Amino acid sequence: MKYLEEFRDAKGVQGLLAEIRRLVTRPWNLMEVCGGQTHSIIRNGIDQLLPQEIRLIHGPGCPVCVTPLVAIDKALAIASLPNVTFCSFGDMLRVPGSDKDLFRVKSEGGDIRIVYSPLDALKIAQENPERQVVFFAIGFETTAPANAMAVDLAKKRGIKNFSVLVSHVLVPPAIAAIMSSPVNRVQAFLAAGHVCSVMGFWEYPPLAERFHVPIVITGFEPLDVLAGILAAVRQLENGEARVENAYSRVVNFEGNLPAQALLKQVFTIEDRAWRGIGNIPQSGWKLSPAYREYDAETRFSVGEIHTVESPLCHSGEVLQGVIQPTECPAFGRQCTPRTPLGATMVSSEGACAAYYNYGRFAPVSITTAEEPACAT
Amino acid sequence: MCLAIPGQVKEIFEQNGLRMGRVDFGGITKEVCLAYLPEIAIGDYTIVHVGFAISKIDEESALETLNTFREMGLFEEEFGVEPAPVETRH
Ligand code: SF4
Repeated sequence: MKYLEEFRDAKGVQGLLAEIRRLVTRPWNLMEVCGGQTHSIIRNGIDQLLPQEIRLIHGPGCPVCVTPLVAIDKALAIASLPNVTFCSFGDMLRVPGSDKDLFRVKSEGGDIRIVYSPLDALKIAQENPERQVVFFAIGFETTAPANAMAVDLAKKRGIKNFSVLVSHVLVPPAIAAIMSSPVNRVQAFLAAGHVCSVMGFWEYPPLAERFHVPIVITGFEPLDVLAGILAAVRQLENGEARVENAYSRVVNFEGNLPAQALLKQVFTIEDRAWRGIGNIPQSGWKLSPAYREYDAETRFSVGEIHTVESPLCHSGEVLQGVIQPTECPAFGRQCTPRTPLGATMVSSEGACAAYYNYGRFAPVSITTAEEPACAT
Repeated sequence: MCLAIPGQVKEIFEQNGLRMGRVDFGGITKEVCLAYLPEIAIGDYTIVHVGFAISKIDEESALETLNTFREMGLFEEEFGVEPAPVETRH
């Protein structure tokens, strides 16, 4: 794959920047939805290279960041049970719950395993029939097909000691919620390329039309991100609001049809609370009735959960693009990647961690004079 | 955890009725589930996320994108390394 290097090419970056500078005539706010893109933008300093008219607002597309506190607290309760082996992607272990995190449960003797894939969790269940194996199934549309497959395989293979704690979130309803917010300042979206590789982008034209907002499907390499920005700026300057695919080597309109078919079979859509943001209608997946027996929430009665968020954390405003991480008073003080107060500092794809890890300590305000920060 | 990684399919096999493959990520090889890409063949490139191949990479459109960039002059010396001026000169 020799061409991959070219998508990181420095001269190409300068060329695309020159083209963006040539086009831009006034300020525009663009939101990159995906945490992976935020990470790439900060790591490569793309936001600092752009003409000052273009502001990048970091979106809610980090699954670790938006998994609601109540789901973390349920995970903590289930993982503490004596006969349970609790499996999770590694980056969930340090996400703070109301009073501890999964690492703490592990140090207190909980059997918690970091897995790379839900299939690894299924294998642990098959090899340990005397234990209840629970997988923490979080993530956007990119991760959901893997979790759907694990549940379907468990059913087909008659594996009874496997279950999943499901907290899946969907991108298109989040775009609609951001655009409907009274404090919204997003004028164009860079849509998450890998989410679209699964779902295609057939869900986006109605959104672009309804909110009159350009949506550009964008990859992760520096040239991909800049090509996405260029396409969005071109549309904004022309007064257009279309869906455009700037990541055609990976994404097509229909997406991955076998994956979508199994997703539809295993999950149904429900309202979902996003951490820091609140309820977004029809924005989550839960197990469909045919697979309910694999639902960890019904298998283990976790009782009433009372959640307590850190009063210092402003991650909700960060996730909605209302403030930049550096505008949070706790940023780099009480809150660092070693002592995170909020999920956006825990996950390496979270905006707070990206800013901290790449030494962005100076506030770069995205607010305007008329609009104070923390308006919500 | 949302970043999926591109790799090349080196081997395809069945495991418990599941279509699996060995995918090479620039030297590191991993077992990957290929059930969602029934058409993928040995030698093809794919994006892999949490152990699942979710999308085939289309080399042709990658090269096409690069060609468009090239036509815009992005890779040429004269457009080159020097950033276009942002400030107005005095
Ligand atoms: S810096 Fe820490 S406390 Fe502030 S918003 Fe980010 S995660 Fe929350």
